[in-house]
Amino acid sequence: MFDFLSDYNNPTLLGAFWMTVKLTVISGLGSLIWGTLLAAMRVSPVPLMRGFGTAYVNIVRNIPLTVIIIFTSLGLADVFGVTMGASDFQVRGFRLAILGLVAYTAAFVCEAIRSGINTVPLGQAEAARAIGLTFSQTLRLIILPQAFRAVIGPLANVLIALTKNTTVAAAIGVAEAAYLMKGMIEKEAQVLLIGAVFAFGFVVLTLPTGLLLGWLSKRLAVKR
Amino acid sequence: MSSVLYDAPGPRAKRRNVFISVIFFALLALLVWFVWDAMNEKNQLEWALWKPFTESQAWTTYLLPGLADTLRAAALAMVIALPLGAVFGIARLSDHLWVRLPAAWVVEFFRAIPVLLLMLFANEAYDRWANLTTEQRQLYAVVTGLVLYNASVLAEVVRAGILALPKGQSEAAKAIGLRKGQTMRIVLLPQAVTAMLPAIVSQLVVIVKDTALGGVMIGFTELLSTRGTLAAAYGNPIASFVVVAIIYIVLNFILTSFASWLEKRLRRSKKSTGAVLSAEDMEELNPAATGGTFGTGAGGSI
Repeated sequence: MFDFLSDYNNPTLLGAFWMTVKLTVISGLGSLIWGTLLAAMRVSPVPLMRGFGTAYVNIVRNIPLTVIIIFTSLGLADVFGVTMGASDFQVRGFRLAILGLVAYTAAFVCEAIRSGINTVPLGQAEAARAIGLTFSQTLRLIILPQAFRAVIGPLANVLIALTKNTTVAAAIGVAEAAYLMKGMIEKEAQVLLIGAVFAFGFVVLTLPTGLLLGWLSKRLAVKR
Repeated sequence: MSSVLYDAPGPRAKRRNVFISVIFFALLALLVWFVWDAMNEKNQLEWALWKPFTESQAWTTYLLPGLADTLRAAALAMVIALPLGAVFGIARLSDHLWVRLPAAWVVEFFRAIPVLLLMLFANEAYDRWANLTTEQRQLYAVVTGLVLYNASVLAEVVRAGILALPKGQSEAAKAIGLRKGQTMRIVLLPQAVTAMLPAIVSQLVVIVKDTALGGVMIGFTELLSTRGTLAAAYGNPIASFVVVAIIYIVLNFILTSFASWLEKRLRRSKKSTGAVLSAEDMEELNPAATGGTFGTGAGGSI
């Protein structure tokens, strides 16, 4: 029944899902860094930085990810020659897809982190100042520990959405799961079986993440 | 200015803020200049490339028909997904395990799968087993993918909307002798739908954005794929991307503003129970809060 799977070795089924995992992990880390920076700008006391953060989030969130990913290939790479140091088409697509995914996902990471900071009641900071803690102590000992714990749940949602969003990279020819599925489903007779195999693959990728991080966020939630 | 992170600035902090602002502004200006210079070097700033967008032909031949297809697919998907989502959302709240469990499985399953996979599968299935023209098939495939995914997201919205109502509502309904179906139909659902309206409108943003996938991967002639034909006709890749991105931003900004206006209005209104489900509630809608199963738990706002 699964004979046809062995006909595909560029990429293989596991190779394609491995590519999905690589895209998810690398752009997850990238968007965590960029998103945290954006969130820092959005809550900073400097109005210009706040304005930039707000503008970035509102613009990027409203553009479809597909437009961004296609733009990295047809715009950045083809017109401006931004190849991210790659000569191979596959490698170029991979790096450009990560660039697009990071730029897009960071906006959502930023919002998640900001909402986490907003869950900390103002009284916490006021109490910290009242007992004479300095600004960095207040941030380090009082605010951020509470904010991080509130942020796990929303960030888990962003990570799961990112896992699913990596399929958009197929649009610029990155050989990941959706790309392989598109090739397979057009050629083979077992349409239902192929659909089930790929659906199962994504359930396997997203379900444990959701379960683990959901459990963690419930366990670590600040009880108020 | 009251923020949990910093005090109202004193004279020194004010000076420091001005200093940081100046440096940040310089960095931004450098970035803008860099982009401008790169565009200039590749001759993407020439007026001939941007001029088509000031004339009617580019709009009537390419962009407006594309936008119409985007909106048609999004509207169809929403109209079909909403009742389907309501059915599954209510089924998940059923007292009977044999109704609750399968509904939960279906919802969690379709939320765990990327929309693109659903679209590709629907496209191939229609191609093999249905007798449709190419345009019909593409539209149906896009709508099918969007409906399956968004119905399961909306099922969670409906469930959260009903759970967000004060407990007294169903208790009062029980007290005056309404049956379970009547309680749901006459008391809970009408209030829940009102409370859900902002979240439903923001889900429209997600649907509009996802239509672009159908354009690239299965050739549906929506806005992003008409951008390709437009850029081929006028030879202006960058200009066309900028214009199409602006169209998406404006469209989604209108939807988002409408959602928050709706939310504010509903919160003010005296008739409601005060339960309103906003877009932000949906983003934070994690299973821990709604007492559901720990599944793929995404509010689905990306």
